[in-house]
Amino acid sequence: MRSPPRPPHSSEITPPELYARRREFIKNGALFLGTSAALGAGLISLSSMGSADPPVKPPPVPKLPAGKAKWEISKRGRFGTTEAQNSFEDITTYNNFYELGFSKSEPAQEGFRIKTEPWTVHIKGEVKKEQTLDIDTLIGWFGLEERVYRLRCVEAWSMVIPWLGFPLADLVKRLEPTSRAKYVKFTTLLDPEQLPNEESHALKWPYTEGLRIDEAMNPLSFLALGLYGAPLPGQNGAPLRLVVPWKYGFKGGKSLVEVRFQETEPETTWAIANPNEYGFYANVNPAVDHPRWSQKSERRIGELARRKTLPFNGYAEYVADLYRGMDLVRNF
Amino acid sequence: MAKPKLSWLNPAVATGSLLPFVAIAERASRHQLGANPVATALNQIGLLGLIFLMASLSCTPLKIMFGWTWPLRIRRTLGLCGFFTVLLHFLVYLVLDQGLALGELFRDVLKRPFIAVGFAALVLLIPLAITSTRRSVQRLGFPRWQTLHRLAYAIGVLGALHFYLRVKADHAQPVAYGVVLGFGFALRIVASLKKSRDTRLRQTLRAARSSNAA
Repeated sequence: MRSPPRPPHSSEITPPELYARRREFIKNGALFLGTSAALGAGLISLSSMGSADPPVKPPPVPKLPAGKAKWEISKRGRFGTTEAQNSFEDITTYNNFYELGFSKSEPAQEGFRIKTEPWTVHIKGEVKKEQTLDIDTLIGWFGLEERVYRLRCVEAWSMVIPWLGFPLADLVKRLEPTSRAKYVKFTTLLDPEQLPNEESHALKWPYTEGLRIDEAMNPLSFLALGLYGAPLPGQNGAPLRLVVPWKYGFKGGKSLVEVRFQETEPETTWAIANPNEYGFYANVNPAVDHPRWSQKSERRIGELARRKTLPFNGYAEYVADLYRGMDLVRNF
Repeated sequence: MAKPKLSWLNPAVATGSLLPFVAIAERASRHQLGANPVATALNQIGLLGLIFLMASLSCTPLKIMFGWTWPLRIRRTLGLCGFFTVLLHFLVYLVLDQGLALGELFRDVLKRPFIAVGFAALVLLIPLAITSTRRSVQRLGFPRWQTLHRLAYAIGVLGALHFYLRVKADHAQPVAYGVVLGFGFALRIVASLKKSRDTRLRQTLRAARSSNAA
Protein backbone atom coordinates (compact mmCIF):
# COMPACT_ATOMS: atom_id res chain seq x y z
CA MET A 1 0.00 0.00 0.00
CA ARG A 2 1.31 3.42 -0.95
CA SER A 3 1.40 6.17 1.53
CA PRO A 4 -0.48 9.36 0.60
CA PRO A 5 1.66 12.15 -0.91
CA ARG A 6 3.51 14.18 1.63
CA PRO A 7 1.93 17.60 2.17
CA PRO A 8 4.04 20.40 0.65
CA HIS A 9 6.65 21.99 2.87
CA SER A 10 5.41 25.23 4.37
CA SER A 11 8.08 27.25 2.47
CA GLU A 12 6.64 26.04 -0.85
CA ILE A 13 3.19 27.41 -0.14
CA THR A 14 2.40 30.69 -1.86
CA PRO A 15 1.89 33.30 0.83
CA PRO A 16 -1.75 34.37 0.91
CA GLU A 17 -1.00 38.07 0.30
CA LEU A 18 1.00 37.22 -2.84
CA TYR A 19 -1.73 34.81 -4.01
CA ALA A 20 -4.25 37.61 -3.60
CA ARG A 21 -2.02 39.97 -5.61
CA ARG A 22 -1.49 37.67 -8.59
CA ARG A 23 -4.05 39.57 -10.63
CA GLU A 24 -2.35 42.84 -9.82
CA PHE A 25 1.00 41.31 -10.75
CA ILE A 26 -0.29 40.21 -14.16
CA LYS A 27 -2.00 43.56 -14.70
CA ASN A 28 1.15 45.52 -13.86
CA GLY A 29 3.20 43.27 -16.10
CA ALA A 30 0.81 43.90 -18.99
CA LEU A 31 0.82 47.65 -18.34
CA PHE A 32 4.61 47.63 -18.25
CA LEU A 33 4.91 45.77 -21.54
CA GLY A 34 2.21 47.79 -23.27
CA THR A 35 3.56 51.15 -22.14
CA SER A 36 7.18 50.40 -22.99
CA ALA A 37 6.24 49.03 -26.42
CA ALA A 38 3.99 52.00 -27.22
CA LEU A 39 6.57 54.51 -26.00
CA GLY A 40 9.35 52.78 -27.92
CA ALA A 41 7.30 52.71 -31.14
CA GLY A 42 6.35 56.37 -30.72
CA LEU A 43 9.95 57.40 -30.15
CA ILE A 44 11.18 55.42 -33.14
CA SER A 45 8.67 57.03 -35.49
CA LEU A 46 9.15 60.57 -34.10
CA SER A 47 12.94 60.37 -34.25
CA SER A 48 13.02 59.18 -37.85
CA MET A 49 10.81 61.99 -39.17
CA GLY A 50 11.79 64.53 -41.76
CA SER A 51 15.42 65.50 -41.90
CA ALA A 52 16.45 62.67 -39.58
CA ASP A 53 15.75 60.58 -42.60
CA PRO A 54 14.57 56.98 -42.52
CA PRO A 55 16.32 55.03 -45.25
CA VAL A 56 13.68 53.12 -47.17
CA LYS A 57 14.05 50.87 -50.17
CA PRO A 58 12.97 52.98 -53.15
CA PRO A 59 10.92 51.69 -56.07
CA PRO A 60 13.05 50.16 -58.82
CA VAL A 61 14.71 52.57 -61.23
CA PRO A 62 13.41 52.40 -64.82
CA LYS A 63 16.16 51.21 -67.14
CA LEU A 64 14.61 52.19 -70.46
CA PRO A 65 15.93 55.35 -72.05
CA ALA A 66 13.65 58.23 -72.92
CA GLY A 67 13.16 58.79 -76.64
CA LYS A 68 14.32 56.65 -79.51
CA ALA A 69 17.92 57.76 -79.85
CA LYS A 70 20.60 55.09 -79.62
CA TRP A 71 21.71 54.78 -76.00
CA GLU A 72 25.37 53.85 -76.24
CA ILE A 73 28.50 55.31 -74.80
CA SER A 74 30.56 56.84 -77.60
CA LYS A 75 33.44 58.26 -75.54
CA ARG A 76 34.98 57.58 -72.15
CA GLY A 77 37.53 58.73 -69.71
CA ARG A 78 38.09 62.49 -70.05
CA PHE A 79 39.15 64.05 -66.74
CA GLY A 80 38.60 60.61 -65.25
CA THR A 81 39.52 59.74 -61.72
CA THR A 82 40.82 56.39 -60.58
CA GLU A 83 39.07 56.77 -57.22
CA ALA A 84 36.52 54.11 -56.31
CA GLN A 85 33.07 54.91 -57.69
CA ASN A 86 30.10 55.04 -55.35
CA SER A 87 27.55 52.29 -55.82
CA PHE A 88 24.47 52.84 -57.96
CA GLU A 89 22.39 52.35 -54.81
CA ASP A 90 24.23 55.08 -52.87
CA ILE A 91 24.01 57.51 -55.80
CA THR A 92 20.28 56.92 -56.29
CA THR A 93 19.12 56.79 -52.65
CA TYR A 94 21.04 59.66 -51.04
CA ASN A 95 19.88 62.76 -52.89
CA ASN A 96 19.23 66.42 -52.28
CA PHE A 97 16.32 67.23 -54.58
CA TYR A 98 14.06 69.42 -52.46
CA GLU A 99 11.31 69.49 -55.10
CA LEU A 100 10.86 65.77 -54.34
CA GLY A 101 11.27 66.00 -50.55
CA PHE A 102 13.48 67.57 -47.93
CA SER A 103 15.11 64.39 -46.68
CA LYS A 104 17.83 62.39 -48.40
CA SER A 105 15.59 59.37 -49.03
CA GLU A 106 12.32 60.99 -50.16
CA PRO A 107 13.62 61.88 -53.66
CA ALA A 108 14.21 58.17 -54.34
CA GLN A 109 10.64 57.44 -53.23
CA GLU A 110 9.10 60.20 -55.32
CA GLY A 111 11.43 60.26 -58.35
CA PHE A 112 9.10 58.08 -60.42
CA ARG A 113 6.69 61.04 -60.69
CA ILE A 114 8.88 62.82 -63.22
CA LYS A 115 7.56 62.08 -66.72
CA THR A 116 10.58 62.30 -68.99
CA GLU A 117 8.73 61.57 -72.18
CA PRO A 118 8.05 63.85 -73.89
CA TRP A 119 10.58 66.34 -72.54
CA THR A 120 11.68 69.58 -74.13
CA VAL A 121 14.33 72.12 -73.24
CA HIS A 122 13.75 75.73 -74.28
CA ILE A 123 16.79 77.64 -75.46
CA LYS A 124 16.22 81.34 -74.91
CA GLY A 125 17.81 84.77 -74.72
CA GLU A 126 21.01 85.95 -76.34
CA VAL A 127 21.49 83.23 -78.95
CA LYS A 128 21.42 83.17 -82.72
CA LYS A 129 18.08 81.36 -82.67
CA GLU A 130 15.73 80.61 -79.80
CA GLN A 131 14.56 77.01 -80.10
CA THR A 132 13.05 74.03 -78.33
CA LEU A 133 15.06 70.81 -78.18
CA ASP A 134 14.16 67.29 -77.19
CA ILE A 135 16.40 64.66 -75.64
CA ASP A 136 16.80 62.68 -78.89
CA THR A 137 18.05 65.78 -80.68
CA LEU A 138 20.67 66.39 -78.00
CA ILE A 139 21.91 62.78 -78.11
CA GLY A 140 21.88 62.94 -81.91
CA TRP A 141 24.02 66.08 -81.92
CA PHE A 142 26.59 65.18 -79.29
CA GLY A 143 26.48 61.44 -78.58
CA LEU A 144 27.00 60.15 -75.06
CA GLU A 145 30.27 60.45 -73.20
CA GLU A 146 31.04 58.90 -69.83
CA ARG A 147 32.73 61.16 -67.26
CA VAL A 148 33.68 59.97 -63.79
CA TYR A 149 33.53 63.05 -61.57
CA ARG A 150 33.79 63.77 -57.89
CA LEU A 151 30.69 65.48 -56.49
CA ARG A 152 31.16 67.57 -53.36
CA CYS A 153 28.01 68.67 -51.55
CA VAL A 154 27.99 71.91 -49.56
CA GLU A 155 26.93 69.71 -46.60
CA ALA A 156 30.47 68.28 -46.50
CA TRP A 157 29.89 64.87 -48.04
CA SER A 158 31.09 63.66 -51.43
CA MET A 159 30.68 60.89 -53.99
CA VAL A 160 32.34 59.66 -57.18
CA ILE A 161 29.79 59.30 -59.98
CA PRO A 162 30.08 57.94 -63.53
CA TRP A 163 27.90 60.40 -65.45
CA LEU A 164 26.76 59.99 -69.02
CA GLY A 165 26.12 63.04 -71.18
CA PHE A 166 27.88 65.70 -73.23
CA PRO A 167 30.04 68.79 -72.58
CA LEU A 168 28.02 71.94 -72.00
CA ALA A 169 30.56 73.79 -74.17
CA ASP A 170 29.49 71.72 -77.21
CA LEU A 171 25.90 72.91 -76.77
CA VAL A 172 26.91 76.53 -76.17
CA LYS A 173 29.06 76.58 -79.34
CA ARG A 174 26.30 75.02 -81.41
CA LEU A 175 23.73 77.59 -80.20
CA GLU A 176 25.99 80.52 -81.13
CA PRO A 177 25.39 82.97 -78.27
CA THR A 178 25.56 86.70 -79.07
CA SER A 179 28.20 89.03 -77.63
CA ARG A 180 25.72 90.10 -74.96
CA ALA A 181 25.54 86.55 -73.53
CA LYS A 182 27.63 86.94 -70.36
CA TYR A 183 25.80 84.35 -68.26
CA VAL A 184 23.82 81.14 -68.72
CA LYS A 185 20.77 80.49 -66.54
CA PHE A 186 19.40 76.97 -65.96
CA THR A 187 15.80 76.47 -64.87
CA THR A 188 14.26 73.33 -63.40
CA LEU A 189 10.76 72.07 -64.25
CA LEU A 190 7.95 73.85 -62.39
CA ASP A 191 5.12 71.34 -62.01
CA PRO A 192 3.85 70.22 -58.59
CA GLU A 193 2.22 67.19 -60.22
CA GLN A 194 5.67 65.84 -61.00
CA LEU A 195 7.65 67.66 -58.30
CA PRO A 196 5.19 67.56 -55.38
CA ASN A 197 7.30 69.50 -52.89
CA GLU A 198 7.00 72.59 -55.10
CA GLU A 199 3.76 73.05 -53.13
CA SER A 200 5.91 74.05 -50.15
CA HIS A 201 7.28 77.54 -49.78
CA ALA A 202 10.65 76.56 -48.33
CA LEU A 203 12.46 77.76 -51.45
CA LYS A 204 11.50 79.90 -54.42
CA TRP A 205 10.46 77.65 -57.28
CA PRO A 206 11.33 76.92 -59.99
CA TYR A 207 14.89 76.18 -58.96
CA THR A 208 17.31 78.31 -60.94
CA GLU A 209 21.07 78.12 -61.25
CA GLY A 210 23.63 79.85 -63.37
CA LEU A 211 27.18 80.00 -64.68
CA ARG A 212 29.33 82.73 -66.17
CA ILE A 213 29.67 82.10 -69.91
CA ASP A 214 33.39 81.25 -69.56
CA GLU A 215 32.54 78.76 -66.82
CA ALA A 216 29.93 77.23 -69.10
CA MET A 217 32.56 76.97 -71.86
CA ASN A 218 35.05 75.21 -69.59
CA PRO A 219 35.51 71.63 -70.81
CA LEU A 220 34.62 70.26 -67.35
CA SER A 221 31.07 71.67 -67.38
CA PHE A 222 28.77 68.84 -68.34
CA LEU A 223 25.13 68.12 -69.08
CA ALA A 224 24.24 64.65 -67.84
CA LEU A 225 21.49 62.42 -69.25
CA GLY A 226 22.48 59.27 -67.41
CA LEU A 227 24.68 57.57 -64.86
CA TYR A 228 26.19 54.10 -64.70
CA GLY A 229 25.35 53.65 -68.37
CA ALA A 230 21.59 54.09 -67.86
CA PRO A 231 19.25 57.08 -68.09
CA LEU A 232 19.11 59.30 -65.00
CA PRO A 233 16.57 58.22 -62.40
CA GLY A 234 14.12 60.97 -61.40
CA GLN A 235 15.85 61.60 -58.08
CA ASN A 236 19.13 62.39 -59.86
CA GLY A 237 17.52 65.01 -62.10
CA ALA A 238 16.04 63.12 -65.05
CA PRO A 239 16.16 63.55 -67.92
CA LEU A 240 18.79 66.32 -68.11
CA ARG A 241 20.88 67.98 -65.43
CA LEU A 242 23.89 70.19 -65.02
CA VAL A 243 27.13 68.84 -63.50
CA VAL A 244 29.83 71.32 -62.50
CA PRO A 245 32.34 69.22 -60.55
CA TRP A 246 34.49 72.05 -59.13
CA LYS A 247 31.46 73.69 -57.53
CA TYR A 248 29.23 72.56 -54.69
CA GLY A 249 26.53 70.13 -55.76
CA PHE A 250 23.65 72.61 -55.49
CA LYS A 251 24.99 74.39 -58.61
CA GLY A 252 23.94 71.36 -60.65
CA GLY A 253 20.34 72.19 -61.57
CA LYS A 254 18.20 69.09 -62.16
CA SER A 255 15.36 68.21 -64.58
CA LEU A 256 16.15 71.24 -66.74
CA VAL A 257 13.49 72.77 -68.98
CA GLU A 258 15.18 76.05 -69.94
CA VAL A 259 18.67 77.26 -70.76
CA ARG A 260 18.79 81.04 -71.11
CA PHE A 261 21.70 83.19 -72.26
CA GLN A 262 21.69 86.64 -70.70
CA GLU A 263 23.74 89.74 -69.96
CA THR A 264 23.08 89.95 -66.20
CA GLU A 265 24.04 87.53 -63.43
CA PRO A 266 21.06 85.23 -62.90
CA GLU A 267 19.41 84.98 -59.49
CA THR A 268 20.04 81.55 -58.06
CA THR A 269 17.68 79.72 -55.70
CA TRP A 270 19.94 79.17 -52.69
CA ALA A 271 21.42 82.65 -52.87
CA ILE A 272 17.87 84.07 -52.83
CA ALA A 273 16.98 81.88 -49.82
CA ASN A 274 20.08 82.65 -47.81
CA PRO A 275 22.57 85.10 -49.37
CA ASN A 276 24.97 84.88 -46.41
CA GLU A 277 25.45 81.16 -46.84
CA TYR A 278 25.25 80.49 -50.56
CA GLY A 279 26.87 82.59 -53.25
CA PHE A 280 26.66 82.66 -57.04
CA TYR A 281 30.11 81.10 -57.53
CA ALA A 282 29.94 78.32 -54.89
CA ASN A 283 33.37 76.99 -55.86
CA VAL A 284 34.52 74.16 -53.59
CA ASN A 285 36.94 75.95 -51.27
CA PRO A 286 38.28 74.48 -48.01
CA ALA A 287 39.52 77.95 -47.00
CA VAL A 288 36.03 79.50 -46.99
CA ASP A 289 33.75 77.95 -44.39
CA HIS A 290 30.03 77.75 -44.65
CA PRO A 291 28.85 79.88 -41.70
CA ARG A 292 27.40 76.85 -39.96
CA TRP A 293 30.04 74.23 -40.65
CA SER A 294 33.64 73.85 -41.76
CA GLN A 295 34.43 73.08 -45.40
CA LYS A 296 37.96 71.87 -44.61
CA SER A 297 37.04 68.22 -44.76
CA GLU A 298 34.34 65.96 -46.14
CA ARG A 299 33.02 62.45 -45.71
CA ARG A 300 33.17 60.37 -48.89
CA ILE A 301 29.98 58.35 -48.84
CA GLY A 302 30.96 54.79 -47.91
CA GLU A 303 33.95 55.85 -45.80
CA LEU A 304 34.16 56.55 -42.08
CA ALA A 305 37.25 58.75 -41.75
CA ARG A 306 36.94 62.24 -43.20
CA ARG A 307 39.07 63.38 -46.14
CA LYS A 308 40.64 66.76 -46.67
CA THR A 309 38.65 68.85 -49.12
CA LEU A 310 40.70 70.01 -52.13
CA PRO A 311 40.48 73.51 -53.64
CA PHE A 312 38.04 73.42 -56.58
CA ASN A 313 37.27 69.82 -55.53
CA GLY A 314 40.61 68.71 -56.99
CA TYR A 315 40.01 70.33 -60.41
CA ALA A 316 42.12 73.45 -59.78
CA GLU A 317 44.46 72.79 -62.75
CA TYR A 318 41.51 73.08 -65.16
CA VAL A 319 39.56 75.94 -63.61
CA ALA A 320 41.73 78.11 -61.33
CA ASP A 321 42.51 80.44 -64.27
CA LEU A 322 38.83 81.40 -64.54
CA TYR A 323 39.10 83.25 -61.23
CA ARG A 324 42.53 84.88 -61.50
CA GLY A 325 42.47 88.22 -59.70
CA MET A 326 39.13 87.54 -58.04
CA ASP A 327 38.64 87.61 -54.30
CA LEU A 328 37.16 84.14 -53.74
CA VAL A 329 36.39 84.87 -50.08
CA ARG A 330 34.03 87.66 -51.11
CA ASN A 331 32.84 85.86 -54.24
CA PHE A 332 32.03 82.63 -52.37
CA MET B 1 6.18 55.04 2.72
CA ALA B 2 3.01 53.60 1.29
CA LYS B 3 3.10 51.06 -1.51
CA PRO B 4 4.25 53.06 -4.57
CA LYS B 5 1.40 53.64 -6.99
CA LEU B 6 2.06 52.90 -10.68
CA SER B 7 5.16 50.91 -9.78
CA TRP B 8 5.39 49.72 -13.38
CA LEU B 9 5.45 53.21 -14.90
CA ASN B 10 9.06 54.30 -14.49
CA PRO B 11 10.54 50.92 -15.50
CA ALA B 12 8.26 51.02 -18.56
CA VAL B 13 9.45 54.51 -19.51
CA ALA B 14 13.09 53.54 -19.08
CA THR B 15 12.64 50.36 -21.14
CA GLY B 16 10.63 52.06 -23.87
CA SER B 17 13.25 54.80 -24.09
CA LEU B 18 15.92 52.22 -24.84
CA LEU B 19 14.01 50.75 -27.79
CA PRO B 20 14.94 53.44 -30.39
CA PHE B 21 18.62 52.86 -29.59
CA VAL B 22 18.14 49.12 -30.00
CA ALA B 23 16.46 49.86 -33.35
CA ILE B 24 19.33 52.09 -34.52
CA ALA B 25 21.96 49.52 -33.45
CA GLU B 26 20.04 46.72 -35.13
CA ARG B 27 19.70 48.68 -38.40
CA ALA B 28 23.38 49.64 -38.25
CA SER B 29 24.33 45.96 -37.92
CA ARG B 30 22.38 45.18 -41.10
CA HIS B 31 23.84 48.23 -42.93
CA GLN B 32 20.35 49.71 -43.15
CA LEU B 33 21.17 53.25 -42.01
CA GLY B 34 21.45 54.52 -45.58
CA ALA B 35 24.39 55.80 -47.61
CA ASN B 36 25.61 58.05 -44.79
CA PRO B 37 25.06 55.98 -41.62
CA VAL B 38 27.00 58.34 -39.36
CA ALA B 39 24.76 61.25 -40.35
CA THR B 40 21.61 59.14 -39.89
CA ALA B 41 22.67 58.01 -36.41
CA LEU B 42 23.75 61.53 -35.46
CA ASN B 43 20.46 63.08 -36.64
CA GLN B 44 18.19 60.46 -35.11
CA ILE B 45 19.96 60.44 -31.73
CA GLY B 46 19.97 64.24 -31.67
CA LEU B 47 16.27 64.36 -32.44
CA LEU B 48 15.61 61.74 -29.73
CA GLY B 49 17.48 63.90 -27.21
CA LEU B 50 15.26 66.86 -28.08
CA ILE B 51 12.14 64.67 -27.84
CA PHE B 52 13.12 63.49 -24.32
CA LEU B 53 13.81 67.06 -23.20
CA MET B 54 10.49 68.24 -24.67
CA ALA B 55 8.69 65.33 -22.98
CA SER B 56 10.22 66.14 -19.58
CA LEU B 57 9.23 69.79 -20.04
CA SER B 58 5.67 68.76 -21.00
CA CYS B 59 4.94 67.06 -17.64
CA THR B 60 3.97 70.24 -15.82
CA PRO B 61 1.83 71.59 -18.71
CA LEU B 62 0.00 68.22 -18.80
CA LYS B 63 -0.70 68.48 -15.08
CA ILE B 64 -1.96 72.06 -15.49
CA MET B 65 -4.21 71.17 -18.42
CA PHE B 66 -5.66 67.85 -17.29
CA GLY B 67 -4.83 67.65 -13.60
CA TRP B 68 -2.83 64.44 -14.23
CA THR B 69 -0.14 63.66 -11.69
CA TRP B 70 1.43 60.65 -13.39
CA PRO B 71 3.55 62.81 -15.75
CA LEU B 72 5.34 64.25 -12.72
CA ARG B 73 6.32 60.72 -11.65
CA ILE B 74 8.24 60.13 -14.89
CA ARG B 75 9.71 63.61 -15.28
CA ARG B 76 13.08 62.69 -13.77
CA THR B 77 13.36 59.52 -15.87
CA LEU B 78 12.59 61.50 -19.03
CA GLY B 79 15.09 64.22 -18.10
CA LEU B 80 17.83 61.67 -17.46
CA CYS B 81 17.02 59.93 -20.76
CA GLY B 82 17.41 63.36 -22.36
CA PHE B 83 20.79 63.90 -20.75
CA PHE B 84 22.22 60.51 -21.73
CA THR B 85 20.85 60.82 -25.27
CA VAL B 86 22.31 64.29 -25.76
CA LEU B 87 25.63 63.00 -24.39
CA LEU B 88 25.51 60.09 -26.87
CA HIS B 89 24.68 62.53 -29.70
CA PHE B 90 27.75 64.56 -28.75
CA LEU B 91 29.96 61.44 -28.61
CA VAL B 92 28.76 60.28 -32.05
CA TYR B 93 29.62 63.76 -33.38
CA LEU B 94 33.02 63.81 -31.67
CA VAL B 95 34.15 60.25 -32.34
CA LEU B 96 32.38 58.97 -35.47
CA ASP B 97 31.71 62.21 -37.33
CA GLN B 98 34.78 64.29 -36.47
CA GLY B 99 37.15 61.37 -35.81
CA LEU B 100 38.18 62.79 -32.39
CA ALA B 101 39.63 65.95 -33.93
CA LEU B 102 39.48 67.92 -30.68
CA GLY B 103 41.12 71.04 -32.09
CA GLU B 104 38.49 71.15 -34.83
CA LEU B 105 35.76 70.66 -32.24
CA PHE B 106 36.87 73.61 -30.10
CA ARG B 107 37.15 75.84 -33.16
CA ASP B 108 33.66 74.74 -34.21
CA VAL B 109 32.18 75.46 -30.79
CA LEU B 110 33.69 78.95 -30.71
CA LYS B 111 33.00 79.85 -34.33
CA ARG B 112 29.58 78.43 -35.09
CA PRO B 113 26.46 79.46 -33.19
CA PHE B 114 24.70 76.28 -34.30
CA ILE B 115 27.27 74.04 -32.58
CA ALA B 116 27.83 76.43 -29.64
CA VAL B 117 24.12 76.37 -28.82
CA GLY B 118 24.00 72.56 -28.81
CA PHE B 119 27.17 72.34 -26.75
CA ALA B 120 25.80 74.84 -24.20
CA ALA B 121 22.68 72.68 -23.79
CA LEU B 122 24.87 69.63 -23.06
CA VAL B 123 27.01 71.52 -20.53
CA LEU B 124 23.95 72.89 -18.72
CA LEU B 125 22.43 69.40 -18.54
CA ILE B 126 25.38 68.09 -16.51
CA PRO B 127 24.56 69.81 -13.16
CA LEU B 128 20.91 68.84 -13.55
CA ALA B 129 21.78 65.18 -14.11
CA ILE B 130 24.14 65.20 -11.11
CA THR B 131 21.52 66.75 -8.81
CA SER B 132 18.67 64.59 -10.05
CA THR B 133 18.69 62.34 -6.95
CA ARG B 134 16.30 62.68 -4.05
CA ARG B 135 19.30 63.17 -1.77
CA SER B 136 20.38 66.23 -3.80
CA VAL B 137 16.97 67.80 -3.21
CA GLN B 138 17.45 67.32 0.54
CA ARG B 139 21.02 68.56 0.51
CA LEU B 140 20.28 71.68 -1.51
CA GLY B 141 16.89 72.36 0.03
CA PHE B 142 13.87 72.36 -2.27
CA PRO B 143 13.81 76.10 -3.17
CA ARG B 144 17.46 76.11 -4.25
CA TRP B 145 17.11 72.80 -6.06
CA GLN B 146 14.05 74.10 -7.88
CA THR B 147 15.84 77.29 -8.92
CA LEU B 148 18.74 75.24 -10.30
CA HIS B 149 16.40 72.94 -12.20
CA ARG B 150 14.68 75.87 -13.89
CA LEU B 151 17.76 75.65 -16.15
CA ALA B 152 15.75 72.97 -17.94
CA TYR B 153 13.71 75.75 -19.59
CA ALA B 154 16.86 77.32 -21.04
CA ILE B 155 18.10 73.89 -22.15
CA GLY B 156 14.82 73.25 -23.97
CA VAL B 157 15.11 76.55 -25.81
CA LEU B 158 18.75 75.86 -26.72
CA GLY B 159 17.86 72.39 -27.98
CA ALA B 160 15.06 73.62 -30.23
CA LEU B 161 17.26 76.48 -31.46
CA HIS B 162 20.12 74.06 -32.26
CA PHE B 163 17.70 72.04 -34.41
CA TYR B 164 16.33 75.19 -36.09
CA LEU B 165 19.81 76.46 -36.96
CA ARG B 166 20.85 73.12 -38.42
CA VAL B 167 18.07 72.89 -40.99
CA LYS B 168 18.76 74.38 -44.42
CA ALA B 169 15.31 75.32 -45.70
CA ASP B 170 12.51 73.22 -44.23
CA HIS B 171 11.87 74.72 -40.80
CA ALA B 172 8.47 73.07 -40.16
CA GLN B 173 9.77 70.42 -37.75
CA PRO B 174 11.99 72.61 -35.52
CA VAL B 175 9.26 75.26 -35.46
CA ALA B 176 6.75 72.60 -34.30
CA TYR B 177 9.04 71.71 -31.37
CA GLY B 178 9.41 75.41 -30.58
CA VAL B 179 5.62 75.85 -30.58
CA VAL B 180 5.16 72.92 -28.15
CA LEU B 181 7.80 74.44 -25.89
CA GLY B 182 6.29 77.94 -26.10
CA PHE B 183 2.79 76.59 -25.40
CA GLY B 184 4.11 74.93 -22.24
CA PHE B 185 5.74 78.15 -21.09
CA ALA B 186 2.54 80.09 -21.72
CA LEU B 187 0.52 77.57 -19.68
CA ARG B 188 2.99 77.83 -16.80
CA ILE B 189 2.80 81.62 -16.82
CA VAL B 190 -1.02 81.65 -16.94
CA ALA B 191 -1.18 79.06 -14.13
CA SER B 192 1.19 81.00 -11.90
CA LEU B 193 -0.66 84.30 -12.54
CA LYS B 194 -3.94 82.59 -11.66
CA LYS B 195 -2.42 81.13 -8.54
CA SER B 196 -1.13 84.49 -7.28
CA ARG B 197 -4.48 86.13 -8.12
CA ASP B 198 -6.34 83.41 -6.21
CA THR B 199 -4.05 83.92 -3.23
CA ARG B 200 -4.68 87.65 -3.28
CA LEU B 201 -8.43 87.09 -3.64
CA ARG B 202 -8.42 84.70 -0.69
CA GLN B 203 -6.49 87.24 1.40
CA THR B 204 -8.93 90.01 0.49
CA LEU B 205 -11.90 87.78 1.33
CA ARG B 206 -10.37 86.78 4.63
CA ALA B 207 -9.68 90.43 5.48
CA ALA B 208 -13.25 91.40 4.52
CA ARG B 209 -14.72 88.58 6.60
CA SER B 210 -12.66 89.45 9.68
CA SER B 211 -13.60 93.16 9.39
CA ASN B 212 -17.30 92.14 9.10
CA ALA B 213 -16.99 90.00 12.17
CA ALA B 214 -15.47 92.91 14.04
